[in-house]
Amino acid sequence: MHRYVLPVLVAAVAAVSTYALAASSTVVQSDKKFSTTEMTISKGDVVVFKNDDPFTHNVYSQSPGIAFELKVQKPGESSDIKFDREGTGEVRCAIHPQMKMKLTVK
Amino acid sequence: MEMIRRDAAFSAGTWFKTAPAVALTVLLFTGGLGIALVCAQTPPQPKPWKTLAEYKKDYGRPASVPYLADNPYSPEKARLGEMLFFDPRLSGSNAISCASCHLPGIAWSDGVPKSFGHAGTVHVRNSPTLLNLAWTEQTAWDGRTIELEGHVKGPIANPRVMNQPHDQLITELSAIGGYRTLFKAAFPSDGITIDNVVKAIAVFERGLVSGEAPFDRWIAGNERAISEPAKRGFLLFNTKANCAACHSGWSFTDSSFYDIGLADADEGRIKILNLPSMSHAFKTPTLREIGRTAPYMHDGSIPDLTRVVEHYNRGGDVKRESLSTDVRPLNLSKAEIADIVEFMLTLSAPAKPYPVPVLPMIDHAAR
Repeated sequence: MHRYVLPVLVAAVAAVSTYALAASSTVVQSDKKFSTTEMTISKGDVVVFKNDDPFTHNVYSQSPGIAFELKVQKPGESSDIKFDREGTGEVRCAIHPQMKMKLTVK
Repeated sequence: MEMIRRDAAFSAGTWFKTAPAVALTVLLFTGGLGIALVCAQTPPQPKPWKTLAEYKKDYGRPASVPYLADNPYSPEKARLGEMLFFDPRLSGSNAISCASCHLPGIAWSDGVPKSFGHAGTVHVRNSPTLLNLAWTEQTAWDGRTIELEGHVKGPIANPRVMNQPHDQLITELSAIGGYRTLFKAAFPSDGITIDNVVKAIAVFERGLVSGEAPFDRWIAGNERAISEPAKRGFLLFNTKANCAACHSGWSFTDSSFYDIGLADADEGRIKILNLPSMSHAFKTPTLREIGRTAPYMHDGSIPDLTRVVEHYNRGGDVKRESLSTDVRPLNLSKAEIADIVEFMLTLSAPAKPYPVPVLPMIDHAAR
């Protein structure tokens, strides 16, 4: 039994290490706008989407390579997304479609 | 008088209360590096309510109408577009025009819960006003089309609406000398095409802008332009009643999509954008000329403004997962509801007659 413990522990630590070491950028949602209209990150980086509005947001992308959906974010909530694939596309809020930014993952 | 109360009794800007007080500390140990990462989530700080003067600044009218770069304004296009808009020959039956559902005398809406299309077919939704759509990217209640230029083509060919195949329309229009001349003036290089029909109508519709209302004169400095109840209503609209969470800006719409808790089977925008939050979501309509565009909501189910505000005051009728967090019980009194309605009625400009254009007719000369 003990022979499995070490490999599992190493694998878990490695996974956590990779996430912890990934570069992180933050996009703030405020006044129904993203804090930036364009962002370029490296493959494996993490983007934190933070809702600083008194409104609910629903950030998503349907662009190839970077597709994701954050579900509904209530005021004050933050969500992390790790982008493991290269791609370029548009990130939007489903509720407030005027909120849009271009994201490039290289 | 200019400052807005910020005490507890008036603090139904309840988003401050609902913001979760979350503080999360995560400590991650990595293999040999022993790196610790600490993340903290801080709720947004309550934004203090603004002064009346600041609120007024949020609603100033724009100086000009936006047109698309690939469909700029020209008087020839606008004139042609107006004629096409009012011409029933755009429909398969030659009996239905754009104006059948968007009458200038009813603020470019039609006064019925759901409009009638080809052969009396009842539309799926209420016909909204066409006012101020030049400022809207996603058009229609569910935002299925982009810009007016992207919208006009659909209703013409839709069998439930105007039922006119585009190629037949071009044949019919090409047989009318007056239209040949008008298209040549508006589109010298390619004349009568379905894309040019769309461009001309879109240019005309972009010019449909709500006129200066008593509210505009009030925020410009005329204190006598609106009543005291309406002024109270404006403050409630921006604070306790939370209306401005969605009905913001000079046209009183954020052009966004919300489930407002109507008991209606129509699933709305989720059929266009398949995300759970879009279930039963519809676009925020403008409140300009709202006193003249009854009945209300995407399904035309609410006959007057008092009952509209009462709907929001009880936090909607259906408490489903997709219900907007901005729709919640408001605890407005009857007097406060009356003030908000009084305010909304100040968003209508003095009504003026609209001259319907004379339309070109078929050529009678022998060919």
